[in-house]
Amino acid sequence: MIEVRNTTKSYRGSIVVDDVSISLPAGGVISLIGPNGAGKSTLLSIISRLLPASAGTVTVDGMDVATTPGDVLARRLSILRQDNQMTARLTVRDLVAFGRYPYGKGRLTAEDEIHIRRVIGYLELDAHAGRFLDELSGGQRQRAFIAMVLCQDTDYVLLDEPLNNLDVKHAVAMMKLFRRTADEFGKTVILVLHDINFASCYSDRIVAMRDGRIVYEGPPETIITPEVIHDVYGVRADIHEIDGKRMALYFR
Amino acid sequence: MQPDRRLLPPAATIAALGGLTVVCVLLFLTLNARGSWSFVLSFRGTKLAAMALVGVAVATSTVLFQTITNNRILTPSIMGFDVLYRLIQTVLVFQLGSAAVAALDPRLRFGIEVTAMVAFSWLLYRWLFSGSLRGLHLLMLVGIVFGVLFRSLASFLQRIIDPNEFLAVQDRLFASFNRVDAPLLALSAVIILAVCAVVWRQARMLDVLALGREAAINLGVDHRRAVMLVLVLVSLLVSVSTALVGPVTFFGLLVANLAHLLADSHRHRVVLPVAALLAVLTLVGGQLVLERLLGYAGALSIVIEFLGGIFFLVILVRRAGR
Repeated sequence: MIEVRNTTKSYRGSIVVDDVSISLPAGGVISLIGPNGAGKSTLLSIISRLLPASAGTVTVDGMDVATTPGDVLARRLSILRQDNQMTARLTVRDLVAFGRYPYGKGRLTAEDEIHIRRVIGYLELDAHAGRFLDELSGGQRQRAFIAMVLCQDTDYVLLDEPLNNLDVKHAVAMMKLFRRTADEFGKTVILVLHDINFASCYSDRIVAMRDGRIVYEGPPETIITPEVIHDVYGVRADIHEIDGKRMALYFR
Repeated sequence: MQPDRRLLPPAATIAALGGLTVVCVLLFLTLNARGSWSFVLSFRGTKLAAMALVGVAVATSTVLFQTITNNRILTPSIMGFDVLYRLIQTVLVFQLGSAAVAALDPRLRFGIEVTAMVAFSWLLYRWLFSGSLRGLHLLMLVGIVFGVLFRSLASFLQRIIDPNEFLAVQDRLFASFNRVDAPLLALSAVIILAVCAVVWRQARMLDVLALGREAAINLGVDHRRAVMLVLVLVSLLVSVSTALVGPVTFFGLLVANLAHLLADSHRHRVVLPVAALLAVLTLVGGQLVLERLLGYAGALSIVIEFLGGIFFLVILVRRAGR
């Protein structure tokens, strides 16, 4: 369970995350939605110890992220941020293999090799495994980074806008993979998503943020409603139920 | 699965470079040798050892610095080591006079120089480095500002100094392998090799650091502590090699980039040996050209930057064509 208690992040007076408290039980797919600048990415960074909080505490299975040794947390929780530029010249396989670093500190065992091969297969990267990252398209590179994080094999997987750069086919495949990661392997997948319909179709819970605060949380049925969408995003949306999934139409 | 698409396996690159280095070393030791072999070998051997040490130190420090800054166009000289060395030399001559400086126990002077440079960088890191990438950039910026300050102070002192003394200062400000002190060489060797041993042990962590701050933290590396450690190691390497032969960071940029191009690997256990071999090759080869072809007409840095620069351009252009 991830527990966020009275967490605030401010930069010289401007508050980005405002006294947020929430507990996220283990298991399932949880989506964070909200308009630009709502503080979703910042909250994700604080939970994953990339950013120190100005106030408040975050615990993951009872371990305070600010004080727990980094390598202990790295076996429990993994994070992928939005833009991943790097100067190192890596092949896809090299990058994915880094996901095993928290376990062997760089020495790969036979078991690690199995993990690496399996994750590369899940993300349909077999054909590109030997290629360098700078030779790939944006979507392929995005999948390679997600493969690294999944290869870390942590209980909690945090992803900031993982569907960036992905075409429709790969976006759907990615969401299905997250669903499967949660259902078959019992992981907790926490995503920042911009597409509320993806959030509606694949999440167990949706957390909506606005102006640094959590304004709504619950299963998709209670979040994907005209009132909530209007309150969060300030747009009018028609909600249609298709095959039991609620879809928001906000294009008009 | 598709195999890796690399030009040469790393072992072959290292072996080829190692072979070239050995040839260069043998040529340097034996070419145009006249007179007593024991004298020639011990004379040239000292010089060779100094070049090897300095080469390893410059290559390692530059690769490490580029790893933690995630930037391939920076070298540790940006932190103002070279100019601090200039300032120390100038102040010494200004205060004591060139005769007294020349008479100073070389070990004492070496101690003063290394301590001053390491202490300066250590204070700067403690004061400024907060752990974020912005902190690292701020650190470099302040390093540049200090560099300018030191340079101005040094040139101010050089203006008001006695002209004869000025010549003595100038002489000390060019890297030279011709006046290396044997006991100091041994001391430097111990320090540099100890640092290299630490670096080698931490090589896999360095691979992770090269992925950038966020990826490194995600993989469980204590980024702030790791960067601090690397900065201290870099300042030790640069200080010792500068105190030994004078300012030499000029070719670190060349060597580190060439090493990344040739090694074509993210692993420090490949890149570091390649860079070190390249550096030794460059120094020994450059000195060979300088001594045997040009008859000492010029400075080592000119030879290295001319030949090395051309080589670098050729490789870049060939790569762009692939």
